[in-house]
Amino acid sequence: MRRGRPLANGVFAVLCLLAFALVVVPLADILWTVFARGASALSWRLFTQVTNGISGGLLNAIEGTLVLSGGAILLAAPIGVAAGVYLAEYGAGAWGRTARFLSDVLVGVPSIVLGYFSYVTIVLGLGWQFSALAGAITLAVLVVPYIARFTELAMRQNPAGLREAAYALGCREHQVVLRVLLPAARSAVLTGVLLALAISVGETAPLIYTAGWSNYVWSGKLTHEPIGYLTYVIWSFINQPFASAHALAYAAAFLVVAVVLLINVVARRLLRTAAQ
Amino acid sequence: MPMRPFRLGLQIVSGVIPLLLLAVFVFLTAYSWPAIHFNGLRFLFSDTWSLGNLYADPVARDGYQVAVGARYGIWVFVVGTLASSALALSIAVPVGMGVAFFLSEYAPARLRAVLSQIVELLAMVPSVVYGLWGLDVLAPLVLRHIAPWLASLLHVVPFFAGAASSGYGLLTAGLVLALMVVPVISSTLAEAMQRVPRELRESCFALGATRAEMLRKILLPAVRIPLIGAVILALGRALGETMAVLMVSGGALNYLPSTIYSPITSMAAFIASQLDSALQDPSGMAVRSLAEIALVLLVISVIVNVVARLLTYQVRADARR
Repeated sequence: MRRGRPLANGVFAVLCLLAFALVVVPLADILWTVFARGASALSWRLFTQVTNGISGGLLNAIEGTLVLSGGAILLAAPIGVAAGVYLAEYGAGAWGRTARFLSDVLVGVPSIVLGYFSYVTIVLGLGWQFSALAGAITLAVLVVPYIARFTELAMRQNPAGLREAAYALGCREHQVVLRVLLPAARSAVLTGVLLALAISVGETAPLIYTAGWSNYVWSGKLTHEPIGYLTYVIWSFINQPFASAHALAYAAAFLVVAVVLLINVVARRLLRTAAQ
Repeated sequence: MPMRPFRLGLQIVSGVIPLLLLAVFVFLTAYSWPAIHFNGLRFLFSDTWSLGNLYADPVARDGYQVAVGARYGIWVFVVGTLASSALALSIAVPVGMGVAFFLSEYAPARLRAVLSQIVELLAMVPSVVYGLWGLDVLAPLVLRHIAPWLASLLHVVPFFAGAASSGYGLLTAGLVLALMVVPVISSTLAEAMQRVPRELRESCFALGATRAEMLRKILLPAVRIPLIGAVILALGRALGETMAVLMVSGGALNYLPSTIYSPITSMAAFIASQLDSALQDPSGMAVRSLAEIALVLLVISVIVNVVARLLTYQVRADARR
């Protein structure tokens, strides 16, 4: 019995190491697969030509992802930041607690449900059909609680003395927030917005029902015109039995993963400078 | 009390987020109302989903225009969702706990931050990329190695015996989902373990306990409630995951899984894959029934998340006291 204890201790440590390996090895393989197969499929053609059936380039999809994610951030950032500021500065009451709680619940709603909601209300209800604006609004709904949460956490990092000093100088409420507190927290707030951008670039399910797909470069119409995006290429082209389709799917996966990781690295850098 | 237009403005904007959640519920309910009425409780517990004859004129049934022979039952997808999530959690919970223990207790202190960031990377990989990897790498691996090995190891257990006909199915979906939800469990657990007072573990060591005993008897009971919260949060992720499941589950329709290697479909994956066919139904009942699935999924995910958040909130409040 007594001799068994160090043994049990050792076995437990090995099991913990094994659990870590079970997670890290697949992750390394995912990244290796995407980068190795994606890199061999990369060419200039991807950035200059539009998709033609199952071959050609990805210009339309790259542009579509930029439009959809950029649009989503433009819509979601002001709302999310304002909500986050409210929750951090004045959100101690019942209203603030409720809003914070429901915002966390909204994060947990499956993205396909948000997509179907937009399909019912925007695509059918407003009659905008599959379009850039319908897709961007859906992505905005998806990321707005993340931005609010990050902004709230960022604002809470401000020392109380900063707020008190600003009030002591006779600042009005909006001056305290807009001129003192928000600028002091700007790196951390920007980090939240960047992470939201990364989430929106990687999303697929909510766009199937709202953005549609298009082989052409976007004409600039916000409604009544479908638009392509990179993640669509990944999931639909990998099911085609053609090498050219697979190459495009991996090229798209390479671009999406690279952009998502790059944004995360930049966001972390920003957060570190904010902490200093 | 003075007027505070700035504060009031922010308050109104902060109401947008709860309002959105409410709007999702209200509009999905309103849109699927005819389907809810028409399908009744059969919707949840019948295992046949058939759009009926779309080329014949719709007929009136129970006061609604529907395609001839149309039946909307989602039991197969409910089972697929629950089975794949349960399988994922049964793998992810022990693994996630092991990862959290490894990161906070066993990893060298200098590497701790780097290693936990590597685990966090898992949460950043888009789900469609998990699907791509599952489809191209994991499914062949399951077909050739994992499934035969598991079948020979557990051939006396009913659900595990048998051979996999393809790599796409419950097992592959469960494995991919497990990988996706591990960081939810491990990061919440690691965070909770940091809040356990140092004195507790030090006094435990002082009594001569080994590290494993300290973890199992002191740390684990202390983080029990956040662990449950994290598991439920992970369940919410797994239930609603769409793209990865869609790409590796094999797309079963109208039959229940007979073994762990059988093809399945989850509710979320089914919604994502069926719009094109549902739009062929001139009566529109198929599209409304899809909305009803989305509504069911919404209600489930809201319940799951409310429970999980209440558990994790309560712990934070206790810690602050």
